[in-house]
Amino acid sequence: MDDPLIIAGREFRSRLITGTGGAANLSVLERALVASGTELTTVAMRRVDSAGQTGVLELLRRLGIDVLPNTAGCRTSAEAVLTAQLAREALETNWVKLEVVHDEETLLPDPVELLDAAERLVDDGFVVLPYTNDDPVLARKLEDVGCATVMPLGSPIGTGLGIRNPHNIELITSRASVPVVLDAGIGTASDAALAMELGCSAVLLATAVTRAQDPERMAAAMRCAVEGGRLARLAGRIPQRFWAQASSPGL
Amino acid sequence: MKARVNGTSRDLADGTSVAAVVSLVGAPDKGVAVALDGAVVPRALWEKTIVPDGGVVEVLTAVQGG
Repeated sequence: MDDPLIIAGREFRSRLITGTGGAANLSVLERALVASGTELTTVAMRRVDSAGQTGVLELLRRLGIDVLPNTAGCRTSAEAVLTAQLAREALETNWVKLEVVHDEETLLPDPVELLDAAERLVDDGFVVLPYTNDDPVLARKLEDVGCATVMPLGSPIGTGLGIRNPHNIELITSRASVPVVLDAGIGTASDAALAMELGCSAVLLATAVTRAQDPERMAAAMRCAVEGGRLARLAGRIPQRFWAQASSPGL
Repeated sequence: MKARVNGTSRDLADGTSVAAVVSLVGAPDKGVAVALDGAVVPRALWEKTIVPDGGVVEVLTAVQGG
């Protein structure tokens, strides 16, 4: 069944966007990326002489996976805009996963700085994919300033707590006219399937795979979960009932 | 003269270019970008852009993350 994900005119067959953070090494990451079937993967921008420098770009190029730079670590709109501009220069892409977080304990988005950065980057010609709170009003405002997607969290980054407010996610998907990507908080496959059943167009995850006991197998599980959840959403689930209803004919 | 390169104070010869700073920090050939005093310096201008005394240079590349 042909059911591509379309973001800013670019078509993807996979509805799973992955991160690269947290993998024990590049070989583990490579096996997980291949098993996930992803076509779009995030990287962070850091100083050249800092620890953690890797051949991640070469790996993504070799696997034919598009790179999606993020602005992780930025606390203000100004920092995020500069980081996005540096990423555009370094990686020759005008796509950016916009992250502007408020504090280290929660890593929750700062809505004021986020919206400001989104508007500036859209004006500067970027395709902006903002990591946002599960706030339907903020999601609408991000869409209004021209973001290519909205990417609400299920729960805080790296917690694996799943989707804490499914109704908010459904409120967002029910009136968004850009793809909604569930970003952050996914812990296991059922969380990813639920995101798709709630009407999300894609799921973005990293930790759930890279820090799983078997990242390659969890990546495969996430791929199946996203596909299953998408199919279920398109198929249309049965209404929930209070009382039982026999599925066999009466005697 | 002194400049701040990726957070570290460095003594640089007068007239040092951004391109020279990029090789100084051992940056790879590809996937690198430079900011000088908070503004991006496009790669095409690295050779002819001179780091001023007290300049702040950030040399960034992509790493695993997100």
